[in-house]
Amino acid sequence: MLKIDNLHVKLEEEDKQILKGLSLEVPAGQVHAIMGPNGSGKSTLSYVLSGRDGYEVTEGSATLDGESLLDMEPEERAAAGLFLAFQYPVEIPGVGNMTFLRTAVNAQRKARGEAELSSGEFLKIVRAKAAELQISPDMLKRPVNVGFSGGEKKRNEILQMAMLEPRMCIMDETDSGLDVDAMRLVSDGVNALRGPDRSFLVITHYQRLLNHIQPDVVHIMADGRIVKSGGPELALQVEEEGYGDLLAEAR
Amino acid sequence: MNEITDLEVREGVDRETVETVQNMGSYKYGWDTEIEMEYAPKGLSEDIVRLISQKNGEPEWMTEWRLEAYRRWLTMTEPKWAMLNYPQIDYQDQYYYARPKSMEVKPKSLDEVDPKLLATYEKLGIPLKEQMILAGVEGADEAPAEGRRVAVDAVFDSVSVGTTFKDELAKAGVIFCSISEAIREHPELVKKYLGSVVPQSDNYFATLNSAVFSDGSFVYVPKGVRCPMELSTYFRINAENTGQFERTLIIADQGSYVSYLEGCTAPKRDTNQLHAAVVEIVILQDAEVKYSTVQNWFPGDEEGRGGIYNFVTKRADCREARAKVMWTQVETGSAITWKYPSCILRGDESQGEFYSIAIANNFQQADTGTKMIHLGKNTRSRIVSKGISAGQAQNTYRGLVSMHPRATNSRNYTQCDSLLIGDKCGAHTVPYIEVKNTSSRVEHEATTSKVDDDQLFYCRQRGMDEEEAVALVVNGFCREVLQALPMEFAMEAQSLVAISLEGSVG
Ligand SMILES: Nc1ncnc2c1ncn2[C@@H]1O[C@H](COP(=O)(O)OP(=O)(O)O)[C@@H](O)[C@H]1O
Ligand SMILES: [Mg+2]
Repeated sequence: MLKIDNLHVKLEEEDKQILKGLSLEVPAGQVHAIMGPNGSGKSTLSYVLSGRDGYEVTEGSATLDGESLLDMEPEERAAAGLFLAFQYPVEIPGVGNMTFLRTAVNAQRKARGEAELSSGEFLKIVRAKAAELQISPDMLKRPVNVGFSGGEKKRNEILQMAMLEPRMCIMDETDSGLDVDAMRLVSDGVNALRGPDRSFLVITHYQRLLNHIQPDVVHIMADGRIVKSGGPELALQVEEEGYGDLLAEAR
Repeated sequence: MNEITDLEVREGVDRETVETVQNMGSYKYGWDTEIEMEYAPKGLSEDIVRLISQKNGEPEWMTEWRLEAYRRWLTMTEPKWAMLNYPQIDYQDQYYYARPKSMEVKPKSLDEVDPKLLATYEKLGIPLKEQMILAGVEGADEAPAEGRRVAVDAVFDSVSVGTTFKDELAKAGVIFCSISEAIREHPELVKKYLGSVVPQSDNYFATLNSAVFSDGSFVYVPKGVRCPMELSTYFRINAENTGQFERTLIIADQGSYVSYLEGCTAPKRDTNQLHAAVVEIVILQDAEVKYSTVQNWFPGDEEGRGGIYNFVTKRADCREARAKVMWTQVETGSAITWKYPSCILRGDESQGEFYSIAIANNFQQADTGTKMIHLGKNTRSRIVSKGISAGQAQNTYRGLVSMHPRATNSRNYTQCDSLLIGDKCGAHTVPYIEVKNTSSRVEHEATTSKVDDDQLFYCRQRGMDEEEAVALVVNGFCREVLQALPMEFAMEAQSLVAISLEGSVG
């Protein structure tokens, strides 16, 4: 599904290399976790994959189902099935959450040559999915992320993911700032989406989330590359020992 | 040839029209109607003023009123204080009166109106039929199924071609007709109120209008009557090198209510055309008027060629206690906009509101705002202005809030936000505040921001293309104002916001 090969990325504005030869492959149906210290480049990776401005790829490639992501516009990547749950979801004053969702869903359908959803169909689906995530009708009407609590913002990201049904989901610290109940809701939401044709790249600091969302592979990232990969036990090791030994070992 | 062409051709529109539509870019209303016209000779003189008056079959007093204005106008000079840049207008190099030949004998009913004219309005989405209208508006599947009825006065160049629902309105006591008809049929009302809010000598453009206005709408809502439907006027400029000078007079008698909508469009042309309108609203005790405008005159092309010069004087006089007025405007068109819908809060406890969206893209220039003149005690006013600039456009909010000595315990709140798209455009805020008593309060807040890259990226990550993302974010920015519009208009305005900003990014 997602294949990243020897990816080198620097900031466009300054001469700062952030990703330094990162390689990673997530096969269809699998959940991969990325853990790593602050500043190791995890968010940068998610932004580069989804096409945010400000970065320059100097070497390497990233493909989704064999197609180069790096040549596509952000919306084309989205229509191809790439979704990013943002570490910091963006507020859009004045735009109702529901309007935003509907515009997004229909934009993707249009890009794929599918018919737009009628407002009736759309409402039915969105209400059901929102209920599962305990997102109130009021939250659906309010402007996108404006005045939402941290937990509400993250649940709202998962609602968008559920509505857009992407094939490749990247979640950037979706668990940060969630209490136990919210964590459960979010994990249930993600688990409900798991399937043979959908893959996840879950960026997290905490092993806790991985108790709920069982990963197939855990990668440790440091200083712009993957330094170690392994099974779920790697996450437990990080939880107990921190990154110190792992990073020393990698060096 | 793309799909749109095939589709349109299949629907029986001839190829020439299709090509015209394709060549005009994003402005949907840039086509013209081929129709035989009758013009007054080019230029402006006392004879032309007399001719217009005579064409309208006006009584002597009206002709004199116009001539007085014309003589006054000759002594005046064009105002230059606005932040607008345009070449000197040659007032002798244009026509002041253009009427379809088929309108020479005034049709007695809509059935008698030239089918070409009816087709024109049909094509504009304003069918001149007495039925539920506006059902075809984009996004209407969210509107209540039954739709609402809107009466229309349709003005084509210099004349009103017809007014719908006149009889039904008459049963409620509401007079809704063209101003030329009102001058003939209701002289006592016209004499009493015409020029009572915007005097003949008010300003250069209003004075010009007073001399040469050819048609427009007239509304009288009697005491205690809630107008049974929304009223509207649709202005269409069609003729080339011709100015449109319309005059609207609305009188809301004590305890009455009316909501009035105004829309306008013009063909795409390389030359500029002048539009100088006057709207006067008189609101008596406990009456309320809502006046909404979607101004979509041709804005000029991407290089700044052509477009309407829009110089408009709109003013409401809350003449008695507890009178209320609400102006809502969505200004997306015109090459030049010079417009300050104002409220005179004369009656005690009267209220004025002004909600505005002004979009300037490419080479458009807008200098618009309002005046809130507080004369009565305990008067309230509220201003919400959203200015959006893109391309190389310049957008100025200019507003006056004045609290007179007698206007004790009065309040104004002003919120003035500007949004910039790109870095070649400009936004300016020019507030004038005068408070001449100690118990009144004026609050003014202003912000200027750029369209936020993070917001755009967020939208695009969810699948919207850049233009769609900008439209969504801008619509969010304008929401407070869009909400002040009647619902059908709000949806139309929302899609208009998107269309006006096409080509502003990337
Ligand atoms: N736009 C930027 N400007 C300056 N530094 C940046 C920018 N984006 C990322 N960085 C730097 O790149 C490094 C990686 O950041 P990030 O990808 O956010 O790491 P992580 O998500 O793993 O904490 C950090 O040192 C961060 O300061
Ligand atoms: Mg991060």
